[in-house]
Amino acid sequence: MVLFSASVLALLGFIYWSTAAYMSRQADETIEAEIKGLAERYETDGLGGLTAQIAERLTAQQPGDSSIYLLADSQLNPLVGNIDRWPKVREDEQGWFNFQLGGSETKRIHRARARAFVLKRNFYLLVGRDMFELEDTQKLIIRTLTWGMAITLALALLGGVMMSRSMMRRIELINRTSREIMSGDLTKRIPTSQSDDDFDALADNLNRMLDQIELLMDGVRRVSDNIAHDLRTPLARLRRGLESLRMSDVQGDSRQNLIDSAVNEADGLLATFNALLRIARIESESRREGFDAIELQPLLRDVGDLYGPVAEEQGLGFNLECESSMTIYGDRDLLFQAFANLLDNAIKYTPAGGNIKVCVDDGLRRVMICDTGPGVPEPERDQVFQRFYRLDHSRTSAGSGLGLSLVSAVAKLHGIALSLDGNDPGLCVTLQMPA
Amino acid sequence: MQGQLRVNPGPAGDGPGDSLSGRSPHGIDERAATTEHRTMRVLVIEDDHDTASYVVKGLKEQGHVADHAADGKAGLHLASTESYDVLVVDRMLPELDGLSIIKSLRFADNHTPALILSALGEVDDRVQGLKAGGDDYLVKPFAFSELLARLEALVRRTDVEAPTTKLQVADLEMDLLSRQVKRGDKIIDLQPREFRLLEFLMRHSGQVVTRTMLLEKVWEYHFDPQTNVIDVHISRLRSKIDKEFPQPLLHTVRGAGYVLRAS
Repeated sequence: MVLFSASVLALLGFIYWSTAAYMSRQADETIEAEIKGLAERYETDGLGGLTAQIAERLTAQQPGDSSIYLLADSQLNPLVGNIDRWPKVREDEQGWFNFQLGGSETKRIHRARARAFVLKRNFYLLVGRDMFELEDTQKLIIRTLTWGMAITLALALLGGVMMSRSMMRRIELINRTSREIMSGDLTKRIPTSQSDDDFDALADNLNRMLDQIELLMDGVRRVSDNIAHDLRTPLARLRRGLESLRMSDVQGDSRQNLIDSAVNEADGLLATFNALLRIARIESESRREGFDAIELQPLLRDVGDLYGPVAEEQGLGFNLECESSMTIYGDRDLLFQAFANLLDNAIKYTPAGGNIKVCVDDGLRRVMICDTGPGVPEPERDQVFQRFYRLDHSRTSAGSGLGLSLVSAVAKLHGIALSLDGNDPGLCVTLQMPA
Repeated sequence: MQGQLRVNPGPAGDGPGDSLSGRSPHGIDERAATTEHRTMRVLVIEDDHDTASYVVKGLKEQGHVADHAADGKAGLHLASTESYDVLVVDRMLPELDGLSIIKSLRFADNHTPALILSALGEVDDRVQGLKAGGDDYLVKPFAFSELLARLEALVRRTDVEAPTTKLQVADLEMDLLSRQVKRGDKIIDLQPREFRLLEFLMRHSGQVVTRTMLLEKVWEYHFDPQTNVIDVHISRLRSKIDKEFPQPLLHTVRGAGYVLRAS
């Protein structure tokens, strides 16, 4: 506020200086020019000419004209002019007289400003201006500027108060929402004013952040629920197996079988935990040190080499069209893992006699893996990438429910957009590579 | 001790689905696992007492000689003063970490093969481990059979230095130059990948190779197959090399992997 007042003051000062001060300077210059003109007249026409000139000017003087002339002799007794005596003040360093006029009952006291010129034979010429009008004008300017400043400051103050009040109100809105969220209600969102200003942008960003947090929180909650559920079953089986082993009457082959299945159960649990840790690590991965330009064609050919025979064993047609010159900046092993998981899923869910097809479109930079299995119902297509999510019909088949989560994590790390579409019948997984 | 033959305690018979007797507490069919008839001298540098005794006990049961060092300094000292066939080095160790041990050994021109054990399993860690001079990398928790198979492969690798053009196991022959495979007089037609699979098995004949090793060495990807995809490839290969012959060469080792051998 102080800074603002100071700058307004400076601005108004400049306006005053460039108008009022200019007018003073203009008046001074006129006086000097006149004095020069009169002095020249005296040079050419003598005292008579000068007197005539002054008289002429005085008679021609308009009522508003404030010129002052006075010709005086060597004793400074007035000879001709419109003031009755030589000013009693002394001149200042620049040769200017600043004196007062009038002071009678009818006339107010005016300040006047004049310059003297010494003529030959000791005549004194005084030319000046009554500063009355100029001062009036200057006073008017100062008054106007003062009012201007007052109004400006008042408006600024008012505007500032209004602005900061609306700002405070909106900040308070954000604070209130934050407090509500902190107290546990994660569904609260910051209301926006629909005015598309910076506060709305801030609120939008915070809301999006909250959406993401809520999503993650839900994910964590669901994952821990699922871990509890999905891991309890094999742990219970493991425990049952170990308990049977403790009974002394189990011997020979069945004892070995029990040990084997216990080991398998433990291996399965470890595999699930490894997969979970791996997904978590990939998801938290921000550095991409191990990344390299990976050619897609040999990678897909290798995956095809590995899974093609598996598909054929299952009585499935396997079609790999991977002519491509595409390269992806990424991690070779992780990309292989992602394609392997997708093919593994396709093979697992497609009934015998079906068909699996992998094709690459270089122009659109995408890879499609299509099967003729049962597909994924549209409402569940987003959810299958969540950890432990199993479709109803797949709940009984083998698998951890983590395969697609891993695919999704790898895709995210590589900037690959994953989408699921129907294949009538079956499923098409599209991997849209980053440009 | 090298070249010493181990007494085979198990009964005869082989292949999948055979008798379950004669298995060690480490879950390995002893008959199948004692394929490399030589004793390895192994140094296990591992600070976790349980893991260390599990590994040392397992190796001793398999007839190998195993020393144990519980911290990095002691490990480096043993590794550089004694002579071992292979080292098992944990990554995280007190005093001196595993990678530094291997780096120091390599710097001192000691090229004893080293297998790194680690709880960290991502690709970057693996690459770091191999860059430091490690020869193989195994993520905890691991199956003992996997560790043993890998150690045997590492020791074998240093043995077979001379380049060969022909591999032979019993009457199965592989010509690496003409890329022709014959069993007896019969020429066996193999896909390129099957050829590589068989080549790896033949190079490690008599040794158990695990499914993970096959994926890593034949497909050259480090990944986690959700199902036993390798089994399909093995059974295809088996039908090509074993089907019409009375004596099978490619055996499944229950709980571990596969072995190609004549017996």
